[in-house]
Amino acid sequence: MKIHQLSLFLENKPGHLSAICQTLAKANINIATLSLADTQQFGILRLIIRDWQKAKEVLEKMGFVVNVTEVVATEVEDRPGGMAEILEIIQKNGINIEYMYAFTFHKGDRAILVFRFDHPDNAVKALQNHRKNVLGPVELYNRE
Amino acid sequence: MIEHWNDLDSPLHPASAPDFLPVPQLRQIQLHRLQAVVQRAYEHVPLLRQRMDSNRFTPRQLKSLDDIRSLPFTVKNDLRDTYPYGLFASPLSDIVRLHASSGTTGKPIVVAYTREDIDVWTQVMVRSLAACGVRSGDIIQNAYGYGLFTGGLGAHYGAEQLGATVIPISGGNTDRQLMVLQDFNVTVICCTPSYFLHLLDRAKELGVDIRKTALRKGVFGAEPWTEAMRHRIQDESGIKAYDIYGLSEIIGPGVAMECPHQCGPHIFEDHFYPEVIDPKTGDVLPDGVEGELVLTTLSKQAMPMIRYRTRDITAITSEPCACGRTLCRIKRIGRRSDDMLIIRGVNVFPSQIEAALLSVEGVQPHYQIVLTRERDLDHVEVQVEITGEMFSDRVSALETLTQKISHAISTTTGLHAKISLVEPHTIQRSEGKAKRVIDKRNMG
Repeated sequence: MKIHQLSLFLENKPGHLSAICQTLAKANINIATLSLADTQQFGILRLIIRDWQKAKEVLEKMGFVVNVTEVVATEVEDRPGGMAEILEIIQKNGINIEYMYAFTFHKGDRAILVFRFDHPDNAVKALQNHRKNVLGPVELYNRE
Repeated sequence: MIEHWNDLDSPLHPASAPDFLPVPQLRQIQLHRLQAVVQRAYEHVPLLRQRMDSNRFTPRQLKSLDDIRSLPFTVKNDLRDTYPYGLFASPLSDIVRLHASSGTTGKPIVVAYTREDIDVWTQVMVRSLAACGVRSGDIIQNAYGYGLFTGGLGAHYGAEQLGATVIPISGGNTDRQLMVLQDFNVTVICCTPSYFLHLLDRAKELGVDIRKTALRKGVFGAEPWTEAMRHRIQDESGIKAYDIYGLSEIIGPGVAMECPHQCGPHIFEDHFYPEVIDPKTGDVLPDGVEGELVLTTLSKQAMPMIRYRTRDITAITSEPCACGRTLCRIKRIGRRSDDMLIIRGVNVFPSQIEAALLSVEGVQPHYQIVLTRERDLDHVEVQVEITGEMFSDRVSALETLTQKISHAISTTTGLHAKISLVEPHTIQRSEGKAKRVIDKRNMG
């Protein structure tokens, strides 16, 4: 019940981000969402893409170094307190969050939280025990 | 020998007497000492004996100075291959000092001194200081690095033996250097020329006019510097700037030094026999022709060096100097025949950086070294290409990697380099020798 996320190394130079987006656009690949972690020296671009295998191929051909990470996507009601509930479950179960980000699809009233956990399988179990919806790729991209 | 001269303008110091030896006597001394050192090397240094044997050379064949040309050369890699103690001609019990300098790989090269060697070193440093008019009444700020580097202790021993007042401040902490310079009435400074320019810049920022201090001379070396830089130093500070030459393998600083006429350092030929060779053929070149400087130590016991190829490019001139010294002079050293870099006075080989990178797990040595000079100080940036193995999805992992690389480089070379991770395939791959170094420093 995990999603494949691509991550790329980016130097802090203008134009690199747009080059990536153009490459994917040319290959007719849609980015569901992205997140950019940045430091003074460099950035890490994280992408959620349905066709992640094709995207990886295309980007590697362009000379990018691409990592694949398994992340956990969970659904949360798009209202105050929605995220807090999820985070409480995670904290109570002693699970460490490496990073997270959130996005919505324009269908429906729910938001998607994407987490990278040290121990994703434990997190999935904990969330499911509390009746939270953990999305697999099929369910996630159906909402696109 | 300590003669106290408090007359700051006395033209000649007794210690400088050997600088004025009539040439025939100088040659006699050189031949006598050369025969002794070659004999000593043959008897006590296996590598040199082996080499002489394969060239079918015996020390007895040395009948004239020109016979030195039958002797094989020694190169830096010989020190690397015999690390640490393989070239010593004295037992460790006789060795009172070890110093180290950069080698071409991760390990440094080691040099050794007996008590008598330290005395010789001290003497040539006394002669160096005396040659440019430094006297016992001077107050000397020694900002060369103290430690394994030969610069600090070399200058220190010479200055102390001269009878001057020595401040062993070593390198760094510019504001404190300026405070000492003013408060202690310093008259002579010893440091790298680029560091002195950096001091001048900082002095300007602090509103300090070096011209108004007691400083009157600078003994600058450990890195190449141009005439233009000398003029800049002299114009901005009002001091006289002198070029001192040396290298750890031969003794440290004190191999050659400029006289007040500032027209190229005089080599202390009674202790160091110079030749200039064509770096490709090994043929000895005549006076005035540029080539690679080769030096033979005539007096060292612990580590005699026979025809050591310095990789420094220069020319010898025996034209008489207005000072009256009979010692030959070398043209100011501008460049080298190898890829060694000198960064803030420290010798660094790109291959050391490569060894450092390879020592960090997962790092491929696709790198480039970018050198810049900002506010007269050298800055090093090492750009390293990211590979699949190195890349992590976590920022902290990449930051740790950067720190590991930085630590490996500083352990191997002593340099604090800025590490920049760059995208793959951004560093040019060349067909021949990879262009590892981009030197943007304007040396002038």
